[in-house]
Amino acid sequence: MRNIVVIFRKEMKSYFASPIAYLLLAIFAIIFGFFFYSATRFFVLQGMQMQMMGRGMPMDVNEYVIRPLLTNASVIGLFLIPMITMRLYAEEKRSGTIELLMTSPVRDLEIVLGKWLAALVLYAAILGISAINMGLLFAFGRPDWKPILVGYLGLLLQGGCLLAIGIFISTMTRNQIIAGGATFAVCLMLWVLDWVSAYDQSTWAKIISYLSVVTHFEPFAKGVIDSKDVIFYLSMIFFGLFLTTRSVESLRWRS
Amino acid sequence: MIKVEGLTKRYARTLAVDDISFQVEKGQIVGFLGPNGAGKTTTMRVLTCFLPPTAGSAQIAGFDVLEQPLEVKKRIGYLPESPPLYPDMEVSEYLTFVGKLKGLPSADVPKRVNEVCERCAISDVKLKLIGKLSKGYRQRVGLAQAILHNPDVLILDEPTSGLDPKQIIETRELIRSLAGDHTIILSTHILSEVEHSCERVIIINHGKLVAQDTVVNLTNRLRGSEQVALEIQCVNGDLNQMRQRLEQVAGVSHVVLKDTKDNRCSFEVESMQGRSIRAELARAVVNAGWDLNELRAVGLSLEDIFLQLTAAEKAETTEKTEKKEEAAKV
Repeated sequence: MRNIVVIFRKEMKSYFASPIAYLLLAIFAIIFGFFFYSATRFFVLQGMQMQMMGRGMPMDVNEYVIRPLLTNASVIGLFLIPMITMRLYAEEKRSGTIELLMTSPVRDLEIVLGKWLAALVLYAAILGISAINMGLLFAFGRPDWKPILVGYLGLLLQGGCLLAIGIFISTMTRNQIIAGGATFAVCLMLWVLDWVSAYDQSTWAKIISYLSVVTHFEPFAKGVIDSKDVIFYLSMIFFGLFLTTRSVESLRWRS
Repeated sequence: MIKVEGLTKRYARTLAVDDISFQVEKGQIVGFLGPNGAGKTTTMRVLTCFLPPTAGSAQIAGFDVLEQPLEVKKRIGYLPESPPLYPDMEVSEYLTFVGKLKGLPSADVPKRVNEVCERCAISDVKLKLIGKLSKGYRQRVGLAQAILHNPDVLILDEPTSGLDPKQIIETRELIRSLAGDHTIILSTHILSEVEHSCERVIIINHGKLVAQDTVVNLTNRLRGSEQVALEIQCVNGDLNQMRQRLEQVAGVSHVVLKDTKDNRCSFEVESMQGRSIRAELARAVVNAGWDLNELRAVGLSLEDIFLQLTAAEKAETTEKTEKKEEAAKV
């Protein structure tokens, strides 16, 4: 446990000692800010039109603003995650510091968990920026806070699963660009798999669509915690970290 | 302390280490010597549990590297060929991280960090970023990292590479001062390094153990005949005559005139197998009425030993292949 904390703190320090963390925070703030602006503007315009047409029915902020925003945040995350994970092992392998880690009295799993937790906390910090925008909604309206929390839980679960895949890919190369590129391709693939269900309703399409990380996020965006989705994400995280540990062990045999 | 038996490491196509066995007692400094690509680094990586052996076993303090790697890792300090440093960390920050990683109690870490900084003479750069340090300082931070948790066994892969002469001397002294409490294996391809800091030498070449012994024993073993450098003030007289005179001394096999400068002629005299000739030579020179400037035994340097050993092995293998070819012809 202590070893996990030691690795975790070292990774956190190196994220925030270099520009990576700040760059990612800035990218997310700008893009999410843009989505936030267009979503709220659309919401306000629609509301005014409705009133002018004489239908005084209030529109639901949760449904028309927060839900699309959470989905957008999950897609932005898809793009940011490769940049978080690509250095985790590739950099250690390139600079030779992997020798220090692997000859220290620390289990491979502890290193993997420390690194993954650091990546997850950075991802959570990035998502945390959107709390400012959400706060604005609370200042000027009365959205329901429970679905929002569920949405963030979903974002973290989805992020954790993609980060586990990213860190696994990072163990396989000493080149950060290759690690980042491959992780991005896998993230993108896991996102667009969902699209087959749009034009195909066969069993195969359902299976493929089931593998998509986005399919499992939609209920969370609606504020629904479905055990099926939680189990999907947790098992993906477990599987990813398992593969990572095996891959790190195999470094000894392969190098 | 360190026990290696029949250690073999095979990479995909190449045999990096071939059936090496040796033992190192507690508190010894052992030099691991060999040309580039001889298998030194591979052997060290097996000892540090970084690589598993293909066959054979290695034990450190009674713990097997395959069976109980965590116990082994607690007891070793390792400085790889390129020091494992994080360029975006400060020196003290880095050492604190390593201290915790090696399992030092958190309360002891700052004290130990200060101690090793003093010891490795890096106190003045403690707050600098490692990325901004010169090669020599980085090497010393690497060494500080290896001795930080006071390990029983120190494994140093070319500890003095990249240092300037003054730093090399300092590092050697540091390493020697560590012996006694620590068992040290250091690898190098610089022979004088071993002569200076090691008690025992293990020479490997092409993955095979060529020789292991103390430096003194190795020199004696390989030196069959004695070589003597002789310098004589020659005021007058024929050089050839002088040489003939020297050759007549009992036990001398042959004499070579090396140099004549400012009326000084230096000879190199070689004895017959197993004969000591220095006393005889001195008497002969004095009896002849020459002035003796210098008379000293030329020791066989480690360079010569190394070349002899590796050449002998080469000759052996070519002989073997020749025999095989002959056998094939028959």
